[in-house]
Amino acid sequence: MTDAVEFESVGFVYPDGTRALAEVSLRVPAGQRLAIIGQNGSGKSTLVRQLNGLLQPTEGRVLVEGRDTRGRHVAELAATVGLAFQNPDRQIFAGRVRREVEFGPRNLGLRGRALDDAATRALDAAGMADQAESNPYDLGYSRRKLLAIASILAMGTPIVVLDEPTTGQDAAGVERVRRIVADLAAAGRTVLAVSHDMRFVADSFDRAVVLRAGRIVLDGTPDEGFAEASWPVLASTFLEPPVAARVGARMGMGSTPTVAALVEAMKARGSAGPI
Amino acid sequence: MALVLSGVSYRYAGTQKPVLHGIDLRVERGEVVGVAGASDAGKSTLCLVAAGLAPGTVGGTLAGSVEIDSEATTSLKPFELAQRCGMLFQNSVTQLSGTSRSVWEEIAFGPRNLGLPLAEVVERVEAGLAALRIEALASRDPLRVSGGQAQLVALASVLALRPAYLVLDEPTSQLDPEGTQLVGDALAGLAGTAGTGILIVEHKTDLLARLTQRMLVLDDGRVALAGATEAVLADPTLRALGVEPPSLVTIGREAATAGIHLDPADLAMALAPRRA
Repeated sequence: MTDAVEFESVGFVYPDGTRALAEVSLRVPAGQRLAIIGQNGSGKSTLVRQLNGLLQPTEGRVLVEGRDTRGRHVAELAATVGLAFQNPDRQIFAGRVRREVEFGPRNLGLRGRALDDAATRALDAAGMADQAESNPYDLGYSRRKLLAIASILAMGTPIVVLDEPTTGQDAAGVERVRRIVADLAAAGRTVLAVSHDMRFVADSFDRAVVLRAGRIVLDGTPDEGFAEASWPVLASTFLEPPVAARVGARMGMGSTPTVAALVEAMKARGSAGPI
Repeated sequence: MALVLSGVSYRYAGTQKPVLHGIDLRVERGEVVGVAGASDAGKSTLCLVAAGLAPGTVGGTLAGSVEIDSEATTSLKPFELAQRCGMLFQNSVTQLSGTSRSVWEEIAFGPRNLGLPLAEVVERVEAGLAALRIEALASRDPLRVSGGQAQLVALASVLALRPAYLVLDEPTSQLDPEGTQLVGDALAGLAGTAGTGILIVEHKTDLLARLTQRMLVLDDGRVALAGATEAVLADPTLRALGVEPPSLVTIGREAATAGIHLDPADLAMALAPRRA
């Protein structure tokens, strides 16, 4: 089966000479939930912008559903890859929430009932059904961020890319983003997310890729990536494993990237034991 | 010497419903006070009001009083306010002047507008860059750095004004763990050595636990919880108020539900650096 996304030795240098990616090779099977983590400025956003043709690699190739992105128009790739920006204000432009959400699917050719349904489903998923008639700029930042995600969901693309989706979200907002990721995966769609939120990465993703200065330095499941053996690599790029992983390791519980895994491990042992 | 809100209620122009109700809050010089709460609880509005930008610049109607070192913010001119209280907006890109071609110039923008001698402008810019370890960005285009880097540039620009008080609306939202740590250290340093009074809105409760002695939680424009940070973060209603408790609190609680009792002190030890 064709991978949803494949990077073949991709490099990227911005026009001002800043190198953002070097020799990135990565295959993402369809339906996978992949988190991309790394320091600020490590190339995470640059990496995901290669996916919808906003940027084209300066070296190597990016394949989306088996086809090279080179020479393909952003509008054409938009039917396959939906990308919610880190900063929602770079994405939002409509005067009403519902219009904003309809924009993408309308451009993909949806009309009438189908368009209505796509927008309604996306607004429900983002928990914004009751704000459909609001002006996006009357909403707080965290709501605008959810709106930007809803606009992408409405397009029904097989590949969804979320850049820092939990940023600025309260506890309920983070929970909502978790559910969106789970629902996308359950529907067989591929999810790539950039995140600094290690707890969210451990809870919601199958795989984590760590970028350092534009290169992949770690690639594995959260169990592997947050296991004690990986800590030196994480530390080399100033990342810390989730608190549950650190507590589990100290208690000799093995790799426990999530609170649930930690509590399960403690139950299996029958007591907390020495810390 | 303090930033004091007394019985503050506020509503935006053209609306009926107040966003803040009867808020009392005091930030002493040299103190860091935390604010948490759900989305739409009024946190960003509280920042605008505390920094004197609402109603001053934003309009709207204020009841009660906001005083900076015993002067009402409503009686201060914008340039006077800017030197007493600096504010970092939630969306740092909104904050950038848009007129600077380099990060260095961007950070110099504020001090130059204060009419400071060139040598002092240079000293302040260099100090701001160093405090957040972004010296390497100095010649970059401020609109072409990453989201997290833009947040550090915006914070450095506010620091360069050297205000007596700082109001920070989610200053670490776009930052990686290292950047978050760095900002935490820089703010603790400012409060400790320069005696800056800091009001900080944050979702990251782990950071609030480390940085603040006192905090409050807003709910629908009212103060729902206030007091010692440790007590507020351990409050059982915290999650219902939209605030994710620190990981250690959640782990202790989940373990207890499973019938396993962990000593909080032992748990905290698990995060301490291991001795070689």
